Amino acid sequence: MFAGFMVNAWEAATIVAGVAGVVGFFTVARGAAFAAHALPNGAFAGAAGAGLIGVNALIGLGVFSAAGALTIAGLAQRARRDVATAMTIVMMLALGALFLSQTTEYAPAIFSLLFGEVLGVNGNQIVPTAAIAAVCVVLVAVLFRPLLLSSVLPDVAQARGVSNARMELAFLLLVALTTTMAVPVVGSLLIFSLLIAPAATARCFTNKPLNALLLSVSLALATVWAAIAISFQTNWPIGFFVGTIGALGYATGRLWVRYAR
Amino acid sequence: MNSVSINSASIVASGFFANGPVDTALIIGTVVAVVSATVGTFTVMRGQSFAGHSLSDIGTAGGAAAPLIPVPSIYGFVAVNVVAAALMDLLGVRSPRARDVATGIVLGGALGLAALFLYEDTTTTSDSGTVVTVLFGSIFALQSSLIPVVAAFSVAALAITLMLYRPLLLSSISTDLATAKGVRVRLVAIAYLLALALAVSLSALTIGAILSTVLLIGPAAIALRLTKRTGHALLLASGTGIAAVALGVLLAYDSVGWTSNGQGWPVSFFIVALLFGTYVVTLLVTRRQPHRNA
Repeated sequence: MFAGFMVNAWEAATIVAGVAGVVGFFTVARGAAFAAHALPNGAFAGAAGAGLIGVNALIGLGVFSAAGALTIAGLAQRARRDVATAMTIVMMLALGALFLSQTTEYAPAIFSLLFGEVLGVNGNQIVPTAAIAAVCVVLVAVLFRPLLLSSVLPDVAQARGVSNARMELAFLLLVALTTTMAVPVVGSLLIFSLLIAPAATARCFTNKPLNALLLSVSLALATVWAAIAISFQTNWPIGFFVGTIGALGYATGRLWVRYAR
Repeated sequence: MNSVSINSASIVASGFFANGPVDTALIIGTVVAVVSATVGTFTVMRGQSFAGHSLSDIGTAGGAAAPLIPVPSIYGFVAVNVVAAALMDLLGVRSPRARDVATGIVLGGALGLAALFLYEDTTTTSDSGTVVTVLFGSIFALQSSLIPVVAAFSVAALAITLMLYRPLLLSSISTDLATAKGVRVRLVAIAYLLALALAVSLSALTIGAILSTVLLIGPAAIALRLTKRTGHALLLASGTGIAAVALGVLLAYDSVGWTSNGQGWPVSFFIVALLFGTYVVTLLVTRRQPHRNA
């Protein structure tokens, strides 16, 4: 399980899970699960487009997820956020469908973008993953207080001179960065589970922001490590275990809230 | 089956209406557009776009499980979506944010299951094309034998929505007012989610997850910007949906000759682009209105 070819998988998944735990905390606090689903899922269009014109998939992912974040934020200025997000994700997916129709890209390549191939991560993917992760963590550290305030108490944030619109944009760009980092490694469906389930579970157990943040990161790491280990033993896809462990964790959290707290 | 009478304009490429797949695509597309627009008007009003979109992805778990049992995939889609809708309601009753997270958790869990079933599909049937079909669908690959099934589910979804029309409208506008007037808000919410699950299963399976979401949300969001009367919005949304489908199918049919490689552009791209463009224009031309945020 810890053989040479597995080291990259453990490293990449650990980096991704750590960042997902942090960004997920804000995602759940803001009720922005739809955006966390839309950006990773829609950004695959960028990878397909990059393949079409022959540039690095990472650039395609970055451009598309950033454009998606700007579109959601722009449309949401004038309309309901959930509708703006829905229209943005379908537009991104439709562009993806267009790009795919013009390439001879093989179906398994799409499968791996959606479901990821952690076990196929190679050594030279670690450096870009770690670099983007570092940018995410620095951004969160710099913006921590205003971002937290605008997520939890938007009215108070406004009264204290924090621009909620600017924080929303910053948050969406943070999700876009996380997407760019995570999709090549774990796939768009798995990063979504990692953004929602650990953070939502953490909030069942504590109301204090810092504790919830730490618990969210710990749960994300535990989920990914357990999923890799079980997947290695059973040969079943990692996405299944991440999704199931996440959902079971949240169910436990809800039962805890109901009966024990 | 091919007896739709449409007065065609002369921009239509030759052979368009004599083409079997095109006829089937137009018939099913029209049915789905009307059902989606009707159910979708309430989806937009209630701020449940995320649930509406998620169900189209969640259904893929059922669609992927169906060949393993084996049953026709439409039953897998419907069964999983109905269960998922019930779970979303059960987990997310407290507040809009709780609903958002509940939808996310159900979606994440279902996608995990989908990953497993698709993996089993590809290892047991060595058919990786299933993934793409389930995720993207193809309006041109529809079998006309699907039409009766599609019609039955459409009627069910429409019937639930229209039977609930008044209490649903009231509870979508104000839960408190509805409760005061004796509407059983919780029951209405569950019945509505059932209609949504049926409508989305039907559209996701026939035309793919992308078109399912855009036909559910796009026309309704456009119509609700342009009129305040719900009855008018329903009609306008249905008309917009039908127009987008017809124009999209026509453009896709024409697009085969556009590029030198002879690959046509996908119909889903055109339908989405038309609705997205119209939506952005309506946002720009209508006055900015304070919306209740979901």
